[in-house]
Amino acid sequence: MFSRKVLTPSLFSRFATTLVQRSVKTTPVSLGSPYAIRGDPSVASGQVKEKMNLFTAINSAMSIAMENDPTACIFGEDVAFGGVFRCTTGLREKFGEKRVFNTPLCEQGIAGFAIGMASMGVTAIAEMQFADYIFPAFDQIVNEAAKYRFRSGGEFNVGSLTFRAPYGAVGHGALYHSQSPEAYFCHTPGLKVVVPSTPIEAKGLLLASIRDKNPVIFLEPKWLYRSAVEEVPIGDYEIELGKARVVKEGSDITIVGWGAQLHVLADACEKAREDQGISCELIDLRTLLPWDRETVAQSVKKTGRLIISHEAPKTCGFSAEISAAIQEECFLHLEAPIQRVCGYDTPFPLIFEKFYVPDAFKNLQAINETVNY
Amino acid sequence: LGIMMLSRLSTRSLRGPLFSTFRGYAEESSTALFGRKLTYVHQLESLKPSALDTIPAYRIMDNAGNIIEGANEPKTNEEECVKMYKHMVTLSVMDRILYDIQRQGRISFYMTCVGEEATHTGSAIALKDQDTIFAQYREQGVLLWRGFSVEQMMHQCFSNAKDYGKGRQMPVHYGSKKHNFQTISSPLATQIPQAAGAAYAQKMLGMDDACTVVYFGEGAASEGDFHAALNFGATLECPVIFFCRNNGFAISTPSREQFRGDGIASRGIGYGIETLRVDGNDVFAVRETTERAREICVNEQRPVLVESMSYRVGHHSTSDDSSRYRPKEEIEGWLDTNNPISRLRGSDGN
Repeated sequence: MFSRKVLTPSLFSRFATTLVQRSVKTTPVSLGSPYAIRGDPSVASGQVKEKMNLFTAINSAMSIAMENDPTACIFGEDVAFGGVFRCTTGLREKFGEKRVFNTPLCEQGIAGFAIGMASMGVTAIAEMQFADYIFPAFDQIVNEAAKYRFRSGGEFNVGSLTFRAPYGAVGHGALYHSQSPEAYFCHTPGLKVVVPSTPIEAKGLLLASIRDKNPVIFLEPKWLYRSAVEEVPIGDYEIELGKARVVKEGSDITIVGWGAQLHVLADACEKAREDQGISCELIDLRTLLPWDRETVAQSVKKTGRLIISHEAPKTCGFSAEISAAIQEECFLHLEAPIQRVCGYDTPFPLIFEKFYVPDAFKNLQAINETVNY
Repeated sequence: LGIMMLSRLSTRSLRGPLFSTFRGYAEESSTALFGRKLTYVHQLESLKPSALDTIPAYRIMDNAGNIIEGANEPKTNEEECVKMYKHMVTLSVMDRILYDIQRQGRISFYMTCVGEEATHTGSAIALKDQDTIFAQYREQGVLLWRGFSVEQMMHQCFSNAKDYGKGRQMPVHYGSKKHNFQTISSPLATQIPQAAGAAYAQKMLGMDDACTVVYFGEGAASEGDFHAALNFGATLECPVIFFCRNNGFAISTPSREQFRGDGIASRGIGYGIETLRVDGNDVFAVRETTERAREICVNEQRPVLVESMSYRVGHHSTSDDSSRYRPKEEIEGWLDTNNPISRLRGSDGN
């Protein structure tokens, strides 16, 4: 079901296998990871379900949002024909050209336009074609959208605004089709930042984001657009923002991640359990801003150990915020330093992607180091 | 005479002296130009900026306030003229007081709009209450005309508990939902694409007799957001008036260092937007221009660009001393010979 686009890894896998074998007594670790986790099964459990992948689930969410909100609009580059990732397929046919439309190629314009629309109370769902291209819109998002309500004393706001953007590694994206820019936005009071990890999660979180009365940046892991498939409720449901999900319960170590990385972490956790009987508690943060500090702290107080992993570069990555906050709150409970398993502090390279990303090996190694500290 | 529409002007200048030497022989409906006929020529000729006449500015009164012979008589009465005059004088007195208050250390900052009273008053009077206004920071006359009180201005500048903005922003960052005037923010030109979006929202909300107006200076029009906004306004057919106050300065930067083209008006046509240029110190002309712009916006649901030509008599702000970059004589020249308030007085309500 879930398959990474894998280059022939013979040399790499031998190196990796040796590395892992040296540190753990184990059977060889495979490179590809299965689509490791599913969305929260308790969500909308009474509803009829249908097989959907990530972009279909996102499409479903937007369709429902548009049905119930007659002035809601979706716009961005190429959304009219269905979007470069097919997320908006069929929406223009269903809701008309006034509500689903292409904009000129200009992210600062998309953002400014979206803000103006939302300031009038109209729901605006603005797509940035890749998160890597969101930076021209940074001024509008950070200086305007995030501050709109605060600076006007509540006279005005852009609560009905949602930005959507595909983010993250895709196997061949290199510098400008692989970035994870969440940390820049998490540093901005006034925004919410949400990252789903499965189709069920994506649909519920997107509906919640669109309806949330604050500007939300919704980052969609492009890796999972096609490859993540599950049975998703076809009706209307929301997943609460600001609340993390404990995906797997465990007792020895807490692992925190979000988006596509969650599946990598699940793989590492499974290997750790299989090979050394380490019991990992895996947490999907879902919302990064505001993040569910309570759930993570509660978990760390139980396990005494924490690893956070993300593709974004390590320095000032969002894991740094979680680290700092958790050591503040759980210092005396910690058995080992908090570890961050992240992308290197370089731009995202093409041919070296396999080495760059914080894969299951690196996480497995970190788990071992932490547990044996 | 009527208002000089740029469309008529360009027809005269563009097809006349520029390419008259040789007519193309093959025309085609061009995909690249979405249905415009593209002519091919085999004489290589570039289009020089100097070939286009400077876009003229519309005025009704001369500098003394006399209605120019042949110009449309302004449709007004004594009561209205007195109201406009009082408004402009109140504005200038309020500005003077708030400036001095800052100098006394009682507020932190202020920006006057001396010299631009006619631009504010003339444009504001042409709008309706349901027209949403976005502004830059030098449009207090527009907000006051809407009904925002002088007292409320004080609250905002003093950042006290009665400020609608709850004391969170610097002085002159006013805003008021009930007056349909969006709160000012310091970053320049960010409001311009927002106005295009707000105008689109007005369409979605079925507001048939409404438009959005966004004010900005000629300096802000150098920002990327300006270009983004005009392009969006045109392609998405937004009923928005892009209202540029060209007052000659962006802090210390004069317009000759801000752009090389024919002001801001010349950019409109490039984006496919109907454009009007007006004498910003002639309150009647500004009113008529804004009325016409509004009519186009509302009836034809498309954007309009207005460039109001004026002069910033005051300093950029209380943190600025403009004598450091311009001669006193230049300021006095404008005050004496082209003063919006005295021109209205001079018109004697004719």
